[in-house]
Amino acid sequence: MIGRVAGLADLLKGDGSADRVVPPSGFTAHLTLFTAGAMAFLTVFALALSLAAGQLADRWESELARTATVRISAPEAQMATQTAAVLEVLRTTPGIAGARVLDAAEQAALLEPWFGPELPVDSLPIPRLVEVTETGAGYDGDGLRLRLAAEAPGAVLDDHTRWRRPLVRAADRMRLVGYLAIGLIAASTAAMITLAARAALAANARVIEVLRLVGAQDVYIARAFVRRFTRRALSGAAAGTVAGAVMMLLLPDMGGDSGFLAGLGFSGWGWAWLPAIPLLAAGVAFWATRAAALRVLGGLT
Amino acid sequence: MIELDEAAYSYNSDDLLAGMTLQLAPGSFHFLTGPSGAGKTTFLKLCYMELMPTRGAVRVFGTDVRAMSRDAVALNRRRIGIVHQDCQFLDHLSVAENVALPLAVSGRDPSSEAGNIDELMAWVGLDGRRGARPPELSGGERQRAALARAVVLSPDVILADEPTGNIDWDMAQRLLRLLVELNRMGKTVLVATHDLNLIRAAKAQVAARVLRIRDRRLQSAGADL
Ligand SMILES: Nc1ncnc2c1ncn2[C@@H]1O[C@H](COP(=O)(O)OP(=O)(O)OP(=O)(O)O)[C@@H](O)[C@H]1O
Ligand SMILES: [Mg+2]
Repeated sequence: MIGRVAGLADLLKGDGSADRVVPPSGFTAHLTLFTAGAMAFLTVFALALSLAAGQLADRWESELARTATVRISAPEAQMATQTAAVLEVLRTTPGIAGARVLDAAEQAALLEPWFGPELPVDSLPIPRLVEVTETGAGYDGDGLRLRLAAEAPGAVLDDHTRWRRPLVRAADRMRLVGYLAIGLIAASTAAMITLAARAALAANARVIEVLRLVGAQDVYIARAFVRRFTRRALSGAAAGTVAGAVMMLLLPDMGGDSGFLAGLGFSGWGWAWLPAIPLLAAGVAFWATRAAALRVLGGLT
Repeated sequence: MIELDEAAYSYNSDDLLAGMTLQLAPGSFHFLTGPSGAGKTTFLKLCYMELMPTRGAVRVFGTDVRAMSRDAVALNRRRIGIVHQDCQFLDHLSVAENVALPLAVSGRDPSSEAGNIDELMAWVGLDGRRGARPPELSGGERQRAALARAVVLSPDVILADEPTGNIDWDMAQRLLRLLVELNRMGKTVLVATHDLNLIRAAKAQVAARVLRIRDRRLQSAGADL
């Protein structure tokens, strides 16, 4: 592996004399540069999607953090008895670590974003909220619902996990889609470079024949092509990555925590992944060209 | 060095060459003659492993060519200097770079052997044409450049296909002298030509054996030459 990496580094070093034996080619060079650039540009966004979806999934996963709410809507007169009943049910349910009735100030704070600070909480028939904390093992949601319905008809268990879990799953799926996109981009890059390399080999059939006649081995001839395509893919992808990164920086800032789109873009270690894109492109070009060249040369008589 | 044992070759269904048996002993000098289309170039291609015999065997440096990998063929070719009938060069490189090409492909650094290249260019009388591109050369200059390239790795065997094909008599004699000189240095030389004057001139300088392809077969030419 280290040998391979060293070989790759060696390959990218200055213009070896071996390079000159194959005449510079026009359109395959541009095709490779363009393909690598465009693919790297797309990879930046696929990578951003994967990283953001991953962060989102992790954040939501941890926020699922074992809290639920019981909402009690009852006529003023029954409120106290039903609240007591709910607390009693919760106290005797296995898997529940604690339950606490939110006071008026807390309820007002929760409602403020929706109705503004002037809301007269006291004079409105607002449901009372009980915050439930689970133990690590968790409780049986359906069983609890049945018991609440029997003891306190106005109480509803509001289990956050029920609507968040699908979101976490969706975010996970999104991360997978991002990775899949990167894989597909790499595969199409390999296919394009294979085509370009084959075109270059065909265009240089006479050169290859002369090289064989003076005793060149296939690896020597292949190297002349591999070196070129690897270098072109590297520089094309570097340009594409920079362009993609600039685009990411120019995306409108969506603020700290505005839901789903928060954190699309790179943060912290995310940026560290970007230099990997040109290297990946170079690696793909290296293997695609090498395989194409050795196959074409091996097929000659 | 190179050995043919009842070797035959056909491009299509009919044999072009059949029953070829020959041993090129080290240090020998051979001419190969025959009418145009007789198969002289084909014969040389069998010798330098460009073609595989369709029947019989060809052994190069003791190994059956059919048992050689592509890499082995490449390595063995470095021990054979070939002057092609149509001198194949890389037109985007200078003449000197073309002459140095066998060094480059065998992993040696041509720049460290620049002295040898200069000497070689002078030996074939091309020291003034080092930077020229092959298409700018005259026929005779191309032939001499091809010879210089053929010997740059100091091969054991030299195969020359019509090396005097399109050049005047003076230049042909000059080229012949170079080949004879190489043979005196111990190289095995095989020259395909239909120029009987060249063969006569050579026989005055070196003990050359003359082979002729006739009716698909290889024969020893008589003393009439
Ligand atoms: N690649 C090929 N495919 C089919 N036929 C071929 C091929 N190469 C040569 N031939 C045929 O084989 C015959 C011998 O060709 P070759 O080049 O060996 O002759 P030669 O003796 O070198 O002739 P010349 O003196 O003109 O160079 C010719 O009839 C030629 O048409
Ligand atoms: Mg011929």
